Amino acid sequence: MLDKIGIAKRIAKEVQDGDYVNLGIGIPTLVANYVRDDIEVEFQSENGVLGMGPFPFDGEEDADIINAGKQTITTLPGASFFDSAMSFSMIRGQHVDLTILGAMEVAENGDIANWKIPGKMVKGMGGAMDLVASAENIIVAMMHTNRAGESKLLKRCSLPLTGVGCVKKIVTNLAVIEVTDKGFKLLERAPGVSVEEIEKATEGRLIIEGDIPEMDI
Amino acid sequence: MINKKVNSVKEATEGITDNMTFMLGGFGLSGIPENAITALVDSNIKDLTCISNNAGVDDFGLGLLLKKRQIKKMVSSYVGENDEFERQMLSGELDVELIPQGTLAERCRAAQAGFPAIYTPAGYGTEVAEGKETREFNGKMYVLEHAFKADFAFVKAWKGDEAGNLIFKGTARNFNPVMCGAATITVAEVEELVPAGTLDPNQIHIPGIFVQRIFQGTAYEKRIEQRTVRTRE
Repeated sequence: MLDKIGIAKRIAKEVQDGDYVNLGIGIPTLVANYVRDDIEVEFQSENGVLGMGPFPFDGEEDADIINAGKQTITTLPGASFFDSAMSFSMIRGQHVDLTILGAMEVAENGDIANWKIPGKMVKGMGGAMDLVASAENIIVAMMHTNRAGESKLLKRCSLPLTGVGCVKKIVTNLAVIEVTDKGFKLLERAPGVSVEEIEKATEGRLIIEGDIPEMDI
Repeated sequence: MINKKVNSVKEATEGITDNMTFMLGGFGLSGIPENAITALVDSNIKDLTCISNNAGVDDFGLGLLLKKRQIKKMVSSYVGENDEFERQMLSGELDVELIPQGTLAERCRAAQAGFPAIYTPAGYGTEVAEGKETREFNGKMYVLEHAFKADFAFVKAWKGDEAGNLIFKGTARNFNPVMCGAATITVAEVEELVPAGTLDPNQIHIPGIFVQRIFQGTAYEKRIEQRTVRTRE
């Protein structure tokens, strides 16, 4: 079974040379730390920066340079700043190649819910609805089950949707799964995790074809 | 040169009254119009509708207006950093319209650019699209979203000149440029106000035509919400 860093490491392998990538808050933010250093990638943050770098050194933080998680950041050579309309032009106009975000629930048809628990948690969708409505390539990073042990990979989402039929791939602590027309297709198992354990933790339709290899992290 | 300079935040906010709709720039606490917000708090005007990506934190930014119950309705995309906001929203005291961040930006920009509405794919198939017109273009579904109408836009820039030209810094730019000229009156506050002719016209982000009043802001706190640093090896 993977921890959050393991999930981030596995997703980092999906990032291709030349990709512009938008990373959501939480596990997705960690992905930047594990991308191969022999490829060129630029990270976009939807509050208005392309070419995001690591956190600043202590004492060098600048209130005017933050990421979408409101964290202080730095920029790398080649970076640019822009306004919110232009930022979402990059996203809506499909100039950003890869979107990695977290989720509360994903359905077997690719629907995603990650912004609201009615009556309990209402923080808002931020840029998530724009991202999932437009991105060609969306990878969800999440735990396979919630704190109550219930599956987050469902037949249908029970929470208010963020987007419909948009998720392409899911990387969890247990598995790598592709979302297909016929349901969740199991691609890889996390180290030490059996196919049976993944089946048990998946409520939606799980397609298992042939031997399922263990992830190479 | 058409001079947009006013001498104080008081003069800049002249004409604000109860029941008005305001746009306020900023993302989180970055690039918020701190001086204008203080003036709004001090004015005691109420029943306001505020269009702003976030709602500040409990003791800073728009949180200060919320605390005094001056806001009737918020139009935002993310409000997760403010406990008082969440309390007022869940109890029904505060009317809240949550919309996608890109839609928020584009509804401002539409108002600025003279478009009555725009089609966006964001929110299609979700509760955000409920009751809204939808339409298919090239095999994909879109939602019709209307341009905002606002009485005042309060924005903050890094540098500005007497002609109202603005230059922003870093990610403090965010929603500020798209709100300029999107309301009846745009009020810009700047960290450094210089005479016309001082700024290089090549470097202007927002031309002064979109700004009605500009003033030199004071005592910027520029609070950081999430101070994240790494240690030197």
